Amino acid sequence: MNFELLGITVLWTFLFGYLIVGSIDFGAGFFMYYSTISGTRHIIHNMIERYLSPVWEVTNVFLVFFFVGIIGFFPDIGYYLGTALLIPGSIAIVLLAIRGSYYAFTFYGKANNRLYNLLYGATGLLIPASLSTVLTISEGGYIQVNDNGKVIFLAKELFTSQYSWSVVVLALVSVLYISAMFLSYYAFKASDKAAYRVVRNYALIWSLPTLLASLFVFFSIYNHNREHFNNLLEIWWVFLLSILCFLIAIYLLYSNQRLGWSFVFVILQFAFAFYGYGAGHLPYVLYPYVSIYDNFTNPNMALALVVAFILGLALLVPSLYLLLKLFLFNSDYVKGKHGYEPR
Amino acid sequence: MTLLYTYDPVLFSRWLTSLTLGFHIIFATIGVGVPLYIGLAEWIGIRKNDFHYILLARRWSRGYVITVAVGVVTGTAIGLQLSLLWPSFMQVAGQSIALPLFMETFAFFFEAIFLGIYLYTWDRFKNRKTHLLLLIPVVIGSGASAIFITIVNSFMNYPVGFTYENNMITDVNPIQAMMSPAVPTKISHVLTTAYLTCGLVLAAIAAFAYARGQRETYHRKALKFTMICSFVFMVATVIIGDLSGKYLAVYQPEKLAATEWHFETSTHAPLILGGVLQEDNTVKYGLEIPYGLSILAFSNPSAEVVGLDQFPEEHWAPLWVHYIFDMKMGLVAMMVLITLLFMIELIRKKGNIYRGWLLALVVAAAPIAMLTIEHGWIFSEVGRQPWVVRGIMTTTEGATRSEHVDTMLLMFFLLYTVLAISSIRVLTRMFKRNKVADELALYEK
Repeated sequence: MNFELLGITVLWTFLFGYLIVGSIDFGAGFFMYYSTISGTRHIIHNMIERYLSPVWEVTNVFLVFFFVGIIGFFPDIGYYLGTALLIPGSIAIVLLAIRGSYYAFTFYGKANNRLYNLLYGATGLLIPASLSTVLTISEGGYIQVNDNGKVIFLAKELFTSQYSWSVVVLALVSVLYISAMFLSYYAFKASDKAAYRVVRNYALIWSLPTLLASLFVFFSIYNHNREHFNNLLEIWWVFLLSILCFLIAIYLLYSNQRLGWSFVFVILQFAFAFYGYGAGHLPYVLYPYVSIYDNFTNPNMALALVVAFILGLALLVPSLYLLLKLFLFNSDYVKGKHGYEPR
Repeated sequence: MTLLYTYDPVLFSRWLTSLTLGFHIIFATIGVGVPLYIGLAEWIGIRKNDFHYILLARRWSRGYVITVAVGVVTGTAIGLQLSLLWPSFMQVAGQSIALPLFMETFAFFFEAIFLGIYLYTWDRFKNRKTHLLLLIPVVIGSGASAIFITIVNSFMNYPVGFTYENNMITDVNPIQAMMSPAVPTKISHVLTTAYLTCGLVLAAIAAFAYARGQRETYHRKALKFTMICSFVFMVATVIIGDLSGKYLAVYQPEKLAATEWHFETSTHAPLILGGVLQEDNTVKYGLEIPYGLSILAFSNPSAEVVGLDQFPEEHWAPLWVHYIFDMKMGLVAMMVLITLLFMIELIRKKGNIYRGWLLALVVAAAPIAMLTIEHGWIFSEVGRQPWVVRGIMTTTEGATRSEHVDTMLLMFFLLYTVLAISSIRVLTRMFKRNKVADELALYEK
């Protein structure tokens, strides 16, 4: 594997990590808000907070990691996307800022108020929608470079395109699906039957739209970027595996067994789809301006980044493992035998 | 004021970046410094088996989480804004200093993981030291992220580790690029001032509570402990600050010259305090200290100090950095005085550190310290204008040409205002609801 491919795989993996942990977080926020309206907040609130509290900061890092990494490996991407994404990027920052800080204000500061809850729930859906536009733009057709080399963002094309909306829909429904599937696992592990019933329903409700939205995006690519679509067809079996994992995950949830495995299959379902989509996108990062071969950083920097990455992982993986061991896989904690509020 | 009517993306990008950074460094400074104090307090508490110190650590860490949240989101904002507002600069940065940027996120990651663990495991382990150990990665991680991001800034001030030919950066050596001569003074200055500022902030809280009539042993211990630490870091800051000036004289003489309004290269250079600059670049009302600048720059009254005459006028930094620098030094003088007075009262046989005026001074020291941090960064950043990467890329070349930066400026201004108000409200409410006396009663039982 050459450096270019290694670099993009590393970045893609972090984006995937963010997709999973971010979805859980965003979806949980929305469910928390929704449960306030539907009157089930008292049932699922504690369970969700017990999971979110120790990890919310970590979730953010995956995103930061991705965009710092992409500037490092592909310096030109910063130039193109940076210029084009001023408005959507800034809006995403504001939403992330509101969400992150108000989570801390509500939870640690005990400043429980209606507006905060609404902000927390609404941003849970708006952030994935705004972040997904970056993926849409990377498909090409929404950026123009004029003769002076000035990058122009074609906002109107983006907002009126069928493809971009299909991606937004997919982002929304899969956030809700992933989150509900995870929460089902968590509630099941906590032996919290009432909460489990609520979130299991959410998961089942959002499973079908997720599948449909994925198929819809697939066909929208056909209209938008034929080259990419043809690349995807060549690896059709990857997407078939994805659907298979989806079916297994839903079956396990439906029959109330092996919820841990069920969530593993959710991860696999998205992994196949996400890496398959990414592989089809190559060699372009931003079609057709930035490719992994033409716009790669200098070899010295690439080597340094890869070495730093390996050393960093050596530090991070054990730490992450410790975090999971103490909070996610510790049944005493999950069941509420340890205090989860900072005292 | 034509500024408000003409759209200039460079100007608005600079304002927006200053706004975000100016807001972020308040929380970043707390983020770097406070874990050290939490750790020290918990350590003393465990060693002496003194629950006052343990409670100090607990209460500090509770408030710390709120500031961390704002620090994280504003840090994410500046991280993204670098690419959004300075796309051409980031192209260069990606080629040359991506490594420290990348390492900074690792440090941040490391810190985030262990902070999460630390906060939720107060009652989890039988051996209390285990919990304390969890804080070490937080202190290291927050310190390391400050170090790496300062390395990036050092590169922008004095870029090294590449060949520059035909407006192109080639032969990049990522490790060497991290070893700008600006690195040692900048890093040590950033770290010590962060620890100093946090010491003073925490001391101010204790002094305020004491002055308002909460006279528990707890508050006495908090005040003494934080002020002694502050004094130590104050001494370190003064020494390193002097070294920073000497660094400037050798490596960035144009910055020092602009700061001190030193127009002509000369030996026995005097130092100008205060003063007002006239149209013809003469100084009125300034206090001139003979040989001052030569001593400051080279510890030698007859040393030659490079003046602005050695540089083309379009490469001069705005001369108002002099005012910023003098204000900063004025603030530093106040901090030195306050910490010194406190130490004298502490050591003196008949001294009383709880005098009203002294407590008032200690309370005032916290905002003074924060203002100094802001002034220091404004001085440092404006002082290297017109360059974004000194000698390589001007700020104008680095900025975005995108439209709507003005709207974004307004949007972020609103965001930070709301965040500032909310975080202050949440923090005050948090500590009003949990009274020290109540928590102490819990422990004493």
